[in-house]
Amino acid sequence: MTGFIAILITAIFVENYVLSKFLAICSFLGVSKNLKSAMGMSVAVIFVMMAATAVTWPIYYFLLEPNNLSYLQTIVFILVIAALVQFVEMFIKKSSPSLYNALGIYLPLITTNCAVLGAVVLNITKSYTFAESMVNTLGAGLGYMVAMFLFNGVRSKVDNADVPASFKGVPITLCAASIVSISFMGFTGLVNGLFG
Amino acid sequence: MNEIVNAVIIVALIGLVCGVVLTVASKFLAVPPDERFDKVRECLPGANCGACGYAGCDAYASALVEDPSIGANKCIPGGADAANGIAKVLGIDAGKIVPMVANVQCGGNCNNTGDRYLWQGANSCKGVKMMFGGNNVCPFGCLGFGDCVEVCPQKAVRIIDGISRIDMDRCVGCGMCFKACPMDIIKMIPRAAKVAVECSNKTRGKVAMSVCKASCIACGKCERGCEAGAITMVDNLPVIDYDKCTGCRKCAEECPRKCIEIVRGGVI
Repeated sequence: MTGFIAILITAIFVENYVLSKFLAICSFLGVSKNLKSAMGMSVAVIFVMMAATAVTWPIYYFLLEPNNLSYLQTIVFILVIAALVQFVEMFIKKSSPSLYNALGIYLPLITTNCAVLGAVVLNITKSYTFAESMVNTLGAGLGYMVAMFLFNGVRSKVDNADVPASFKGVPITLCAASIVSISFMGFTGLVNGLFG
Repeated sequence: MNEIVNAVIIVALIGLVCGVVLTVASKFLAVPPDERFDKVRECLPGANCGACGYAGCDAYASALVEDPSIGANKCIPGGADAANGIAKVLGIDAGKIVPMVANVQCGGNCNNTGDRYLWQGANSCKGVKMMFGGNNVCPFGCLGFGDCVEVCPQKAVRIIDGISRIDMDRCVGCGMCFKACPMDIIKMIPRAAKVAVECSNKTRGKVAMSVCKASCIACGKCERGCEAGAITMVDNLPVIDYDKCTGCRKCAEECPRKCIEIVRGGVI
């Protein structure tokens, strides 16, 4: 049990996928303008990440590894995730139009979201069991959500600030993102201190 | 050799399974699209301005398809073309269309009025309005921080000499600035209008005169001078009834403060 909590906290804070590993920066900068869409995107990312892990973990351990094809993991995972997202999108469109309206526009964006691929690849690299992989992925998704939520707050302040003309827009946003990212370095060693 | 064959077979299998699943899914999970939706959507200009009262062109189109009785004439940027097109597709009456443009009802630029205090807070009209109703000497006038500039989808609004001005050639009449203005001084007027009131000061006489060189002092000369009877004074301000206005521009000539302006194309 402690192991799972350690993995979860590591994934959310210490190795935050956005702020420490610098994955999914594109959607992080693009969608964090508005709190509602940021949360919608985060929920969609968590959902797709979990589904992708549940599919790619068995594929790797039952299909690729026994046949010595581990080197094909990236291309196979991309293929499977893209198909999965398409399928999920169709399924939601049919079964729940209201959920489709809430998540639908973010789903195609996530197909190529590097956080999703990053999460499933890192699960394999760290040789987690299936349960551990799922917990790690959940943590990665929650970490994405935390980063989006925090950065949305920072951004709304930055938007109202009187910024020098040459820094307006993307440059000041990137500066703000790097400062938020530095603040997350404070969590280094947290897990070792708590569970080590 | 065997390794390569294995790799090819396995990846091809995975691809095949994905493909089959998606093909089957697209057959069984397909949502039949409404043909009328696409046709209605084509008639709309795609400005996504929200002037129709819906979230965007897509939302208005789907609402129209579901219930055509909401009216085909709600799209202001699209005007008559859009309304007639939609009416044709859905087989309903197009309704009456008056193309509108936005007009900033204030002439208090930096030559005519000034600031009460120096504002260094958030760069927005909403922000400065919270501090004693704004930093303008005239409590009714344009604050000039450009909340309207930000929301305009056509980039038709500009801050000129400290007040907001609208480029009427670019304006499509969506009303976003009208909704965004915290001072309520942006009004929607018919595109065909020949005259427009250029002041929102609800005080009269000396009080109004003391805050701005271009303020309406509620003398009522325009009301008396209007031959068509289109002008009435409401709350010390002239209100023009554009249904009655003949466009003779007599009011603009009569006005001693020159705050009834002749509407021209482009930036006023």
